[in-house]
Amino acid sequence: MSESSIETRSVVIERELAHPPEKIWRALTQPHLIEQWLMQNDFALVVERRFTLRGDWGSVDCQVLSVEPNRRLSYTWDAMGLESVVTWTLTPTGAGTHLRMEQSGFRPDQQQAYQGATFGWQRFFAALDETLARID
Amino acid sequence: MDTSVSFLPASDVFRVLADSTRRSLFERLAVEGELTVAALTGGAGVSQPAVSQHMATLRGVGLVAERRAGRNTLYRVDPQGLRPLVDWLGHYAVFWRDRFDALEGLLKEMDE
Repeated sequence: MSESSIETRSVVIERELAHPPEKIWRALTQPHLIEQWLMQNDFALVVERRFTLRGDWGSVDCQVLSVEPNRRLSYTWDAMGLESVVTWTLTPTGAGTHLRMEQSGFRPDQQQAYQGATFGWQRFFAALDETLARID
Repeated sequence: MDTSVSFLPASDVFRVLADSTRRSLFERLAVEGELTVAALTGGAGVSQPAVSQHMATLRGVGLVAERRAGRNTLYRVDPQGLRPLVDWLGHYAVFWRDRFDALEGLLKEMDE
């Protein structure tokens, strides 16, 4: 327990999936599959390997931290001032797999940087809209 | 999807907490409960008027509430003021729930 109210926080999503861990592991670690549910990427299942996730809104800088095949995967997730860690945990159940995602490391002082970056993109898109409107 | 718009009211709160002196004062209130400016000044490394000013700033964004007790004003953390933090996390919570839906859809299409 931390004594401070200003601590890092996490987002946790958990779901029971009717699929075996091995199959979910493939979806989490094969670039062409990752692209279908998350983002375009140059992921490689190698510890310390850096990779980038690219979305419509920008990119996320990542680095593989740890790999336990079919059980656990974690990588850094740095985007727009946020420096966080995403950890996937796969636990076999009778009916399939319990999948848990924890994104940890949210700090209040990063929120400001994050918002700054978001504002930046909003300004960019606003400017783009204006430019396109003038072309007509 | 333009969920960033919902963050705008939060920016003031985080600008206020970005100041390390102010943040440490806020943390002391969070840990120690109600305190006067005089009590907060001890160990803060800044003058009493500066602490008063920080309290006014924190109060301005709803992070701190005050209560009069005789000649003293007692300051305490207002937990509602931290709600924007939840919104920030909420942004990623929504993002990951959507990604989980997409992942589940993909798994149904994949071979075993």
